[in-house]
Amino acid sequence: MKTVYLDNNATTMVAREVVEEMLPYLGEYYGNPSSMHTFGGQVAHKVAEARLKIASLLGADPEEIIITSCGTESDNTAILSALANNPSKNHIITSRVEHPAVKVLCEGLARKGYRVTFIPVDPEGRLDMDEYAASLTPDTAIVSIMWANNETGVIFPVETAARLARERGILFHTDAVQAIGKIPVNMKGNTIDMLSLSGHKLHAPKGVGVLYVRKGTKFSPFLIGGHQEKGRRGGTENVPSIIALGKACELAAANLDKENTYVRELRDRLERGLLTAIPQCKVNGTKDERLPNTLNISFEFIEGESILLLMDQFGICASSGSACTSGSLQPSHVLRAMGVPYTMAHGSVRFSLSVYNTAEDVDLVIKELPPIIEKLRVLSPYWATPQGACATA
Amino acid sequence: MWEYTDKVKEHFLNPKNAGEIENPDAVAEVGSIACGDALKLTMKLDENKRIVDAKFKTFGCASAIASASALTELLKGKTIEEAEKITNQEIADYLGGLPPEKMHCSVLGQEALEKAIENYRGVSHRKPEEVIICACFGVTDGEIEHAVRQNHLTSIEEVTNYTKAGGGCGNCHEKIQAIIDRVYQTKERQAQPAERPRLSNLQKIRLIEETIDREIRPSLKHDGGDIELVDVVGNRVLVALRGACAVCHASQLTMKGFVQGKLQEFVAPELVVEEVAS
Repeated sequence: MKTVYLDNNATTMVAREVVEEMLPYLGEYYGNPSSMHTFGGQVAHKVAEARLKIASLLGADPEEIIITSCGTESDNTAILSALANNPSKNHIITSRVEHPAVKVLCEGLARKGYRVTFIPVDPEGRLDMDEYAASLTPDTAIVSIMWANNETGVIFPVETAARLARERGILFHTDAVQAIGKIPVNMKGNTIDMLSLSGHKLHAPKGVGVLYVRKGTKFSPFLIGGHQEKGRRGGTENVPSIIALGKACELAAANLDKENTYVRELRDRLERGLLTAIPQCKVNGTKDERLPNTLNISFEFIEGESILLLMDQFGICASSGSACTSGSLQPSHVLRAMGVPYTMAHGSVRFSLSVYNTAEDVDLVIKELPPIIEKLRVLSPYWATPQGACATA
Repeated sequence: MWEYTDKVKEHFLNPKNAGEIENPDAVAEVGSIACGDALKLTMKLDENKRIVDAKFKTFGCASAIASASALTELLKGKTIEEAEKITNQEIADYLGGLPPEKMHCSVLGQEALEKAIENYRGVSHRKPEEVIICACFGVTDGEIEHAVRQNHLTSIEEVTNYTKAGGGCGNCHEKIQAIIDRVYQTKERQAQPAERPRLSNLQKIRLIEETIDREIRPSLKHDGGDIELVDVVGNRVLVALRGACAVCHASQLTMKGFVQGKLQEFVAPELVVEEVAS
């Protein structure tokens, strides 16, 4: 059975070109880039080249790139560094819909005595910018707001938010793990101080991430040790993965247009197909400001894990925000923050596409999902009289 | 990944006895859509009080569907007295076991069975003195104690796996521990003071109004509905639904799930929402 992989916001396939690029550095070129000899030094050259490619995708300088082990490390480093450099300030601003890498850290900091403001979102998943602007105070040490939401794909106006923070002398960090490679990002054109990205979301392997730190930003390292990353992150470089990430960034830059044309069209085809074929379903998150690859859709009166497991029978891979799949007993915090009713939240499914998907993949879902939804609804005690389809062809 | 047995998968993919019996002799509905799983059980009995047919409808995950399917298979052919002895563990065993965090699916099946038998006999032995311990999932002290005794549960995590109690905001963990301690006759731990500051009545009403304005009304308006705060009596919040909500067949779900959930999250976990006629 063919795998139809529509879960690219969870992780992505490592691109063939990326594997080829990194393989020699898992094998014969095993030198330490910090060594004096040529054998190690040649590896250092290759790492520098990768850093240049990463910086280029972000519109950044290579010195502004700190390579980490993952998005979570980048997020933690950014927030803790800002707090360490502003010891007299006690306030943190974030949103109610952050990834756990930011959310759980901030909840922990709140327990330690920091005042944390969690900015709400509206029913369409859009950030409440009035409340955000009103929350900025002289006591605010750091703002951390994601660029795009991993569950709904809703894009937040972080550049505007960063400008408001900068005007008040407040540091601004964004978790851009879902945005990089999907929408254009140019750090030369904004005032964001720190930005996180993760390799495995853009066709590099797992275990490598980046923290962008704008030149001139005070910084305190999270991992303390050697002089690697100019003393900003100790630990011998994960050479093969860094080289892989460089290649993946190069590919992402080349594929950016394709993400916003080809992938977007596939996503829209999927959305249209499902809304037309299935009654009582709804797209979660505004369609106006949304990543081109993400579709979060709720099917009323049924539960997400059941949907995923039945799709699994056809090799279709997706995610759900239902309680049984969120790792807790409640539906996703993102859908709850949006006020999605429980009748819908438990039956949410996220499809996230990549440039490696085809119309055939999408059409398989459009063909197989409606009977799955029907089957589960017939089993559901809440399913009464079916209404018309959600959209017409 | 799903760590389900082949038997769970089989009953999930091809559920036995799905549906609803017309004119049943016994019927029970347990769980709720807000909690993430719900089960409607209907049974037909012959003159010897033997279950000749049992059917189910389930809203929930794969193991909830499989547990209900297993329950109906276990029930068919049994007398009421025999059926009464079925435990949640038997449902789980029939399926070759359930993952620990999914045991509540088997408990839901047993609860439905108990309620259906009560319905058949026309009695209810739910003790009125039972109080809700877990406000997030509406689990009472009696239900927790029952699960602890029957399944020899010794930790809060196990209680959550079996009853869901404590799986939401976590404010009731102390109370759950107290029930476990009581069951095992250990020295009762002193209840810790709640983390939230105590609200005066006036503060509480203000906070309820603010929460309705900020968290609840916008969502209802989005669906063409509205809500009005009528009164606050102790921990009872009396509200009236307006517009589309007033005539919506899912309004009870809105009330208990969404409105109460938000008020419990933002104001106080012990609040109960009641709808009053406008």
